Amino acid sequence: MQIHETENETDGSIDLMINMGPQHPSTHGVFRLVIWVDGERIIKSEPHIGYLHRGSEKICESEHYSQIVTLFDRMDYVGNLNSELAFCLATEKIMDVCVPERAEYIRVILCELNRVASHMLFYGVYGLDAGAMTPILYAFREREKIQNLFESVTGARMMHNYIRIGGVKENLPRDFQQRLHEVLEHLKRGIEECDALISKNEMFLARTKGVGAISGADAIDFGVTGPALRASGVVEDIRVTDPYSIYDRFDFNIPVGTYGDCWDRFYVRVEEMRESVKIIEQAARDLPEGDISAAVRRIVRPPKGEVFVRTESPRGDLAVFLVSDGTDTPYRVKVRAPSFANLQALEQMLQGAYLADAVLILGSIDLIMGEVDR
Amino acid sequence: MLRTQILPRKRKTVNKKPSPSRRAREIPIAPPRLDPRGEELFEVLKGVFPSGLKCEIGICIDIVTITVPKESLVQVCQLLKDAQNLSFDYLCSISVVDYEESEQRFEIVYHMVSLSTYYKVAVKTSVVSADPVLPTVTSVWRSAEWFEREGHDLFGVIFLGHSNLSPLLLYEGFDGFPGRKSFPFHDYQEW
Repeated sequence: MQIHETENETDGSIDLMINMGPQHPSTHGVFRLVIWVDGERIIKSEPHIGYLHRGSEKICESEHYSQIVTLFDRMDYVGNLNSELAFCLATEKIMDVCVPERAEYIRVILCELNRVASHMLFYGVYGLDAGAMTPILYAFREREKIQNLFESVTGARMMHNYIRIGGVKENLPRDFQQRLHEVLEHLKRGIEECDALISKNEMFLARTKGVGAISGADAIDFGVTGPALRASGVVEDIRVTDPYSIYDRFDFNIPVGTYGDCWDRFYVRVEEMRESVKIIEQAARDLPEGDISAAVRRIVRPPKGEVFVRTESPRGDLAVFLVSDGTDTPYRVKVRAPSFANLQALEQMLQGAYLADAVLILGSIDLIMGEVDR
Repeated sequence: MLRTQILPRKRKTVNKKPSPSRRAREIPIAPPRLDPRGEELFEVLKGVFPSGLKCEIGICIDIVTITVPKESLVQVCQLLKDAQNLSFDYLCSISVVDYEESEQRFEIVYHMVSLSTYYKVAVKTSVVSADPVLPTVTSVWRSAEWFEREGHDLFGVIFLGHSNLSPLLLYEGFDGFPGRKSFPFHDYQEW
């Protein structure tokens, strides 16, 4: 942490400039935040991003469509399956491919499991941000079960490359239903345990209630989406309002907060885990037999056109704008990353907050820098 | 004793017709297929714009597009946001597409969604290569701030009136615009 002093021109007091990051343990990646403080209060802040910029969008322009799925894995590296799905949906839409029922159900089950895993990671890390060591141990215990299930299905724990254009890579293992049932039973208990551990803890409430609040109108104006937007009281979930895949078949609620402060953003995610479990249970019950992939060629050449597909990733509105010129590589791929837009609102959230809360506010957005910088 | 004999591989001399090259192949165009909500929006949009405003309403696969000249971009955006029956209050993304060979080289696409009616629309405008300047929409949506900075960073499109167009994803002093098609992808030495 570096500290610089500058004299405030208006009243002659001294403002401190504090540099946080890019190598800071609580910035969730390589992220630099410059903060100006007046005493304990933050008067101005400036996020600096781009340390992880790999030019993924540019790389997409020189790869085949089927090769790009791996690049999307590495954008949101905690919600991999959700980002894979976004790209595959975009390609399928431009090609007008009908995905088999079984593949759709498998996708939904895995994506929702991925959402729970992602929120579990958030839950644990947020506890660390607040100074509590125990939650991350509980969260990782739950997350490990999901990762093991992923490993048995996709063959990988993190970079799955499982969702393919027109379906999924391979069929589920034979004992999948039983394993899923075990994981869900474990998860249901685990979520309640996690919730009871920290959510209503007095010290945790004192740290997060009323901290870093943002109003619904401001959040929309800044382009905030996902749990962070719902925490501000806006009922918006793309799975419900603009359903993709087969999300319109499931019955689940949209958890919404009231004040848009750190605690609301935290608790919306805890509630969302419960809703995701509901979706998985319904999908596992209805999982049909049949094909797992449509007849799609390995090297696909979609017709000329442009599509814009919005999906609800664990962090918010993950949209893909795909321009095809009729060849086997896309002409342009633009990823609208939820963390990128959510991060814009950080300045507003930090305004007037205590310096000690900066890490908590930053953590409550649930950033993934791989997605912000692309 | 086992002996393996390696025979010289015979080249097949079949007179095949040269396969049609990729350029010669006729490229199909994806047909429009609007969902009911999109069709509703298409009808609503016809009555929204005043007759003096130059804009073209079209359909691109499943999204309604409005093509406007850059001069009336801010006016159209403000109109879309303020109109009672539309209220596009949420700007989803701003994408720059580099059509290298076209005269109107950069196409800037604004995707916006209404959080009350759930319509979505794409507003398109384009600028020429020699003068890639267009007005900013940060006065309409604050979320445009970083999207425009990114467009400026990677494509060199200048958004007039933007408060701070400093590099966002690239570092200070980076030479060139890596998003453009003309930027070398391979054999590029950064350091």
